Amino acid sequence: MIVPLEQVLILAAVIFVMGLACLLVRRGNLIMMLVGIEIMLNAAILAFVGGSAAWGKMDGQVFALFIIAMTSAEVSLALAMVVYLHRRRKTVNSDDFSGMKG
Amino acid sequence: MTTLFYLLALVAVISTLFCITERHPVHAVVYLVTSFFSLAVIFYLLRAPLVAVFEVIIYAGAIMVLFLFSIMMSRPEVTEVELHPGIRDWWPALLLGGVFLGAVGTLIISGPLLSPETANTGDIRAFSRLLFRKYGLAVEIVSLQLLFALVGALYLGRRRQ
Repeated sequence: MIVPLEQVLILAAVIFVMGLACLLVRRGNLIMMLVGIEIMLNAAILAFVGGSAAWGKMDGQVFALFIIAMTSAEVSLALAMVVYLHRRRKTVNSDDFSGMKG
Repeated sequence: MTTLFYLLALVAVISTLFCITERHPVHAVVYLVTSFFSLAVIFYLLRAPLVAVFEVIIYAGAIMVLFLFSIMMSRPEVTEVELHPGIRDWWPALLLGGVFLGAVGTLIISGPLLSPETANTGDIRAFSRLLFRKYGLAVEIVSLQLLFALVGALYLGRRRQ
């Protein structure tokens, strides 16, 4: 382990908070909200890999791989939905889709 | 090695910061690719070479290209005109981020987390054995999930008569 686990966790926390801020602040663009989700998932992967290196077990890396696979599925569906919604309403502002309840 | 980790962490944090404050989505995606590359090298330094390779191939290669495609399929004059977020939009993010960072800080100053281990986790052969033996069912479920995502994306993107 090149650095203590605490420093890896601090880095992951800082990146996670930036992704959270991107998700909460950039509501005017659905694509930027998805970018925020990507940043948060990357911080989670960093925490898993750091824990895997600290405890000397590989299960954290396996879970990081599953997160990557899950993210590719999620992003392909979400971007297909963004393109679909943009084709119908000609906008990517999330406030314009507030009528999509129930 | 430790200095390299700090440098890469700095690059990752700064490029992510540029990414979330950039107004144009294409520039934001390019900054995010920079952040992913530095994170991939951090994974390599943390003795996870396979995760580092998949980070570059799948994240920086596939997912970001998917983002660029969808940005280009929506009209650029629509995506460029975005109201600049004011201070009213920032305070929930600052509040939640402060709570989160406070929780992590409390976790870290509450004592040492563990005694350091020196096991080698960079062995790809042992990794594959663990992945396909212990987690074989999970691999199958993930492949089913990817198939469902493919079918769903085809359904959403089909041409309407």
